[in-house]
Amino acid sequence: MNVVVCVKQIPDPAAPQSLDAAHNLDRSGKLILDEADTYGVEMALQLVDKAGSGEVTVVSMGSSSDVAGLRNALAMGAAKAVIVSDDALRGTDALGTAKVLAAVIRRESPDLVLAATESSDGYTGTTPVQLAELLGLPSITFAKSVTIDGTKVKVDRQTESGYDEVTAPLPCVVTVTAGVVEPRYASFKGIMAAKSKPLEVLSVADLGVGDAVGPAGARQEITDVVAAESRQAGEKYVDDGDGAQKIVAFLESIKVL
Amino acid sequence: MTVNNIWVVAEPANGTFTTTSLELLSHARTLATNVSAITWGSGATLAAQAGEYGATTLYDVGDLAGALPGVPVAAAIAALVESTAPDAILIPTSYDGRDIAGRLSARLDRPVLTNVTGLYDEGGLVTEHPIFGGTETVKAHFTGAGPGIIVVRAKSFTAEASGGGAASVVAAPVGDTGATGTATIATSHVEERTGPKLEEAAVVVSGGRGLGEASQYALIEETAKLLHGAAGASRAIVDAGWVPYSHQVGQTGKTVKPTVYIACGISGATQHMVGMKGSKNIVAINKDPDAPIFQIADFGVVGDVHKVLPALIEALKAHG
Repeated sequence: MNVVVCVKQIPDPAAPQSLDAAHNLDRSGKLILDEADTYGVEMALQLVDKAGSGEVTVVSMGSSSDVAGLRNALAMGAAKAVIVSDDALRGTDALGTAKVLAAVIRRESPDLVLAATESSDGYTGTTPVQLAELLGLPSITFAKSVTIDGTKVKVDRQTESGYDEVTAPLPCVVTVTAGVVEPRYASFKGIMAAKSKPLEVLSVADLGVGDAVGPAGARQEITDVVAAESRQAGEKYVDDGDGAQKIVAFLESIKVL
Repeated sequence: MTVNNIWVVAEPANGTFTTTSLELLSHARTLATNVSAITWGSGATLAAQAGEYGATTLYDVGDLAGALPGVPVAAAIAALVESTAPDAILIPTSYDGRDIAGRLSARLDRPVLTNVTGLYDEGGLVTEHPIFGGTETVKAHFTGAGPGIIVVRAKSFTAEASGGGAASVVAAPVGDTGATGTATIATSHVEERTGPKLEEAAVVVSGGRGLGEASQYALIEETAKLLHGAAGASRAIVDAGWVPYSHQVGQTGKTVKPTVYIACGISGATQHMVGMKGSKNIVAINKDPDAPIFQIADFGVVGDVHKVLPALIEALKAHG
């Protein structure tokens, strides 16, 4: 059982975010492994472990030469990492991203491809499904549990009103929610081992996907960025026993009570 | 460029189109001369509703035989585009909507713009997207030939019937989808909830990590019940398995705009704020005085939810 996990290295969401002059997210600072991707990595490790053979490969792309986030995934237990790292990737959209990832994943021929439902920085939320279409594979999004049954994958998929039990033949692309598994922390041994694990760095030219990437490949333009109508912070009251009464008074003032 | 034709993906659910689908149809009508809807399954019986909200044609993908809608619906739309391409295809932000958008984008080799909350004709379609938790708005448009695929968030527009006659139903065949269309639903589980629907309630009381443990969510449910409202949740506690996903408010959950939103033990992550920022009034209870939620709260109580909520429940009971 070989599993590819698509991961993204993103600016720390806890730090202030800004757009650069070209309206791209400023990624000049240190990048970290998107926390949303740790669930896919953990799920993949558990599925491979259960299958008794195979390995987990993490695949990524980005304009930065940073690989710390990938080392983190390797430290968790992934066997190898492949990153397409190229300045030409700046400004690539979701479909372009899917084309780059598809070019890498075709070389791996995995049994299963896992990804987060969306990244925590751009949150377009379509890349995994675009990837599945490009690879000619079925996809199941929003998995809250994933099990392998012979040549099939079984997923409990979130719905508006509950969940559906969905099955598809392997290979398949599955996106996982943060509820799917509890990610492990990398152990000291894992961190040391990660330093010598294979980490392949590719360029856009290596994959022949130049037309798909950058602003030209994106075929969409940001024309303006404006400050949104902001909400003003109202009264803030430190509770000393009568907070509930103050809330009741507020609800009365807006005629909810 | 004048906007002539807009297609809207209209999702059927429980004998009606979803509210977001109707919002999209209503808004499409204000932008384009011709509006068509695309549906599947039981949606084929909703020609009258499609027409009432502005569609003249209802493309019917037919029965999906248990397949997840993403692949077959996108395949049918792609086949339709080959003969007559619209200016844009609007899709509701939902699980299946996002699947359809992703599949269609790759099939048509056209980009997709998601999390759209505004759509204007400024000599061509211009989209609006909230970023950084809704503090800034990005305006964007498509370039190049072919229809733009636009995925719109719930409650971005108002659903208004126009009184149009029933749409004419036209079959939209799926064609061969090969291995891509092989994901099928074996069983559906509905997690029942009582009281008003989260998206429609005038009062929403939501809980987050600050509740400490799953059993404490009962405080949220009781407060919501006493206020004749609905109980919501942050993504953190849904992912932790404390409450079903149907309670989730935020980026990947529901968008709510109640008269009052009461956030209890919710710090106010960007992904949560996007789903509730449009509320008329916001009340926040959080023990961290620096929690971002206070920046948008009309009334904030810096305090422990485990003390404030039981006291609020008693006060509401006494209030009658």
